[in-house]
Amino acid sequence: MAECHPVGFQWVMEAKRRGATIIHVDPRFTRTSAVADLHVPIRAGTDIAFLGAIVNYIISNDRWFREYVVNYTNAPAIINEKFQDTEDLDGLFSGWDAEKGQYDTSSWGYEGVEVSPAAGHREMFSGEPRSERGAMLSAEKLDPTLSDPRCVFQIVKRHYSRYTPEMVEETCGVPRELFLKVAEALCENSGRDRTSAFCYAVGWTQHTVGVQYIRTAAIIQLLLGNIGRPGGGIMALRGHSSIQGSTDIPTLYNMLPGYLPMPKATYDTDLNKYVEYNKSATGWWSEFPKYIVSLLKAWYGEAARPDNDWCYGYLPHITGDHSHMVTVAAMADRMVKGYFVMGENPAVGSMNAALQRKGLRGLDWLVVRDFAPTETAEFWRSAPEVVRGEVTPEQIGTEVFFFPCSAHTEKDGSFTNTQRLLQWHHKAIEPPGDCRSELHFVYHLGKRLKELYRHSDAAKDRPILDLAWNYREIGEMQEPDAEEVLAEINGYTLPERNPLSAYTEVKDDGSTACGCWIYCGCRKDGVNQTARRKPGSEQDWVALQWGWAWPANRRLLYNRASADPDGNPWSERKKYVWWDAAQKKWTGFDTPDFIATRPPDYRPPEGAEGIATLSGIDPFIMQAEGKGWLYDPSGLLDGPLPTHYEPQESVLKNPLYGQQCNPARLEWIRRDNPYHKAWGDPHYPFVATTYRLTEHHTAGGMSRWLPWLNELQPEMFIEVSPELAELRGLENGGWATVSTIRGEIEARVLVTERLRPLNIQDEVLHQVGIPYHWSWIGRSTGDAANELTAFVADPNVSIEESKAFSVNVVAGRRPPGPRAAAAAPLTEPSGFEDPPRDLEAVQGKPIGHHGLRTGKKELTEEG
Amino acid sequence: MKFDLNKLVWPALRQVSSGDVAGLGKASFSKRTASLKSRLSDADRVVPSVCPYCGVGCGQEVYVKDEKIMDIEGDYASPISRGCLCPKGSATMQLVTGTHRHQKVLYRRPYGTKWEEIPLQDAMDMVAVRVKKARDATWEDQTGKGHPLRRTLGIAHLGGATLDNEENYLIKKLFTSLGMVQIENQARI
Ligand code: SF4
Repeated sequence: MAECHPVGFQWVMEAKRRGATIIHVDPRFTRTSAVADLHVPIRAGTDIAFLGAIVNYIISNDRWFREYVVNYTNAPAIINEKFQDTEDLDGLFSGWDAEKGQYDTSSWGYEGVEVSPAAGHREMFSGEPRSERGAMLSAEKLDPTLSDPRCVFQIVKRHYSRYTPEMVEETCGVPRELFLKVAEALCENSGRDRTSAFCYAVGWTQHTVGVQYIRTAAIIQLLLGNIGRPGGGIMALRGHSSIQGSTDIPTLYNMLPGYLPMPKATYDTDLNKYVEYNKSATGWWSEFPKYIVSLLKAWYGEAARPDNDWCYGYLPHITGDHSHMVTVAAMADRMVKGYFVMGENPAVGSMNAALQRKGLRGLDWLVVRDFAPTETAEFWRSAPEVVRGEVTPEQIGTEVFFFPCSAHTEKDGSFTNTQRLLQWHHKAIEPPGDCRSELHFVYHLGKRLKELYRHSDAAKDRPILDLAWNYREIGEMQEPDAEEVLAEINGYTLPERNPLSAYTEVKDDGSTACGCWIYCGCRKDGVNQTARRKPGSEQDWVALQWGWAWPANRRLLYNRASADPDGNPWSERKKYVWWDAAQKKWTGFDTPDFIATRPPDYRPPEGAEGIATLSGIDPFIMQAEGKGWLYDPSGLLDGPLPTHYEPQESVLKNPLYGQQCNPARLEWIRRDNPYHKAWGDPHYPFVATTYRLTEHHTAGGMSRWLPWLNELQPEMFIEVSPELAELRGLENGGWATVSTIRGEIEARVLVTERLRPLNIQDEVLHQVGIPYHWSWIGRSTGDAANELTAFVADPNVSIEESKAFSVNVVAGRRPPGPRAAAAAPLTEPSGFEDPPRDLEAVQGKPIGHHGLRTGKKELTEEG
Repeated sequence: MKFDLNKLVWPALRQVSSGDVAGLGKASFSKRTASLKSRLSDADRVVPSVCPYCGVGCGQEVYVKDEKIMDIEGDYASPISRGCLCPKGSATMQLVTGTHRHQKVLYRRPYGTKWEEIPLQDAMDMVAVRVKKARDATWEDQTGKGHPLRRTLGIAHLGGATLDNEENYLIKKLFTSLGMVQIENQARI
């Protein structure tokens, strides 16, 4: 955190000054470790084993926060009697369908009730649309004593019973004494009077089990009562100025703004079906129809009417996974004609860089928008495979457009930072030359397309013609007015166009338009709330008048949990939001994240519907039953509980189960994406992990061109321990070549004790640290770490595994010669049989289009 | 060497007489240093902004003079950053004013070996035509089972994590309405 979010880290230091214990778990020793109380070097890719052992420690030593757990989590819920755990099935949960190659999740649910998840794969339900989903919650079976062997608490307890300190030593390479110190520190610092927080970044997400990493932390935090309380939580530290915003208003294939799912062809055939599938009968998602109808009003204006389903039919439908790697594989197979890349550099920043560039070669045209031509713009003339003569520009048919972009100082707009806070940046000066904002580009492209289709009467072109696309144009450059766009995102009444002030005002009868319901209120009273800058020194510590956080300017989500079931603060020290009995409403330092006037003792009457089903002790209002999920009864594709699986390319056999890897992971079985052996590959004996440096930014587009930053970090390097240096004859400052079957890179060697060999299962295990910022263009160049990585991903969110894979390291510079993805692979893909990644039942997973092997085909695709 | 009484005695006296005993305040000023001022005080305006790099969202102040950016500093008012910027945030000035910034549209023909500069408006027209052509050629109306698709898999998009919310909103609104579904950004990478 000190390396990648330095200014955020000042608050960790502030906490330390006030007595907090700082624990840093990371394969390498960094600036964070330097000031931490405990540094825990861990084998990359084993965090679930580590965190699972903390869960076990908490439960077996009776350190959990009983009142919080019983009232605010699903610990008492009774689970379907057909459920079987990975303990019973050697690493699989019940429901694995060998033929389809995926889980049938019906046995994971609550006894007698089916609930829709707040997020994730809502289509996971069997059978027909059921808007009554969750409506039977009163029938939910609970055991408040938490002793029923089928209740969540007992299932969690059993699941993690083998995750012991000894097992942590065997799996993670963390000595048991060190592990115990961490577990004890966490327990000691949790409860009524104290809270602990977890911070993570892509070191947790970029794994084939990335989602389950975060889930394990969620289990710990719920057991210790650390969610929804000040100083608690699980903080995703996001690496781009508005990466949170680009998830909320998603430039993502599977979502519409505000976490509404993209329509799925097989299920969501009309608006009714779409609503039935995605709405929940209980909890906040019962409000779903309001959000989609108001979105359609914002997009299609007058054309969106009740008799045409508010133009729902204009939305395209998805038929499976259309995520980044899936798309690039399709490009490489020449199935995609055009590609827009705006402010991103996949030829460097995305896995298997050679395959990325093969994808670019397969296009008819490519548009790149950035400050200067990046590697993605220049792939056709100076990529490594071009330099090596494997392909020549004359063979590459892709037409390339490079558009120079405006800087943030040359345009108005808002970023959403890592804590969901929207902050407005004001335009300071005009952009130079032909530089324009993305707002300008997209707006004027839209205008041109409207013109090109003007005379069309084809049904397929109606959405373009009916698109509400009138924004005020400012100045000579005809820059659209960003604040007008924000006004549409915020939402307004129709036909008056008065700004809405809260998402509770959004309607499903066409009388409101709202571009992103969770952002509703950001322009309350017609005032740009995101531009508020009342100095921190003139406010209390929550600083509600600086910027605007979604939803409803809440700074801490689920903050109802900061009070006890009766509505009183758990302690004076941790006071945050509480029930004011005199005024009969929730109040506190923050905007309460609860129905403002619902008293703590409210219990839903028989037959209640929608948000009326949320009782006074249901802090997790986005969940159908208002409880925090220790155990996930629906929505995940790879199991209701996090389970330790090894990375796709490991150096060790899974110490816990016969099933080596996540059975539901996504693989791409292609000649240009070969994998190493599951473990013990003699050619690739070391563990590698990739990371950022303080002085550079992602794929380098905003840093490798700046002399100030290049001076601080001038050159690509790798970090190795003195022991590994000795083993391989590497010299500090000398050259090394790191290789996988996909490619080789050369780098300067930094021999440092910051990386330590681990002792695991009586063997010495070496890890290699690889920063990933560099590539061949810019003012500081070097080989790209992603020449090494593979297409392989988490099944829930299709995020790649780049934080743990196997490599080889030798002294000396990279030899010239062909690379895997550029031409033919160096060797045939190493077999999946030897040694197996999967139990026999899992081995028959079918291979689909473009080599994608996934377990979720039938769920979203027409079979 | 002869003692220079002025140099030794006067600052000490100044310290005592002005009450600045530690000598870190006013007493340490000479006439010359007292007349010095930051060149930023000449700015025509100070524009509130936000760091464009990571997700912490540190506050920035952009100093403008004669329609040029003089400097970018941390904003002390920000309760997030309290005036701090890390190396990247501090380099924002160079990011937005550096000579690396390209100012012309570049075009590479199919099978071409060089870039050509083309006018912005022409490039926009060319892209629009290509979008229409690719869209029309790859349009899918429904599945074999008659379920609606109304989309194109012939065009894809990547990017958004460093863009403004308003920009992402228009990207999603336009591209989805064109029938594009392969819309992605760094959040998945
Ligand atoms: S100054 Fe540094 S820590 Fe702050 S937002 Fe910018 S990159 Fe992040």
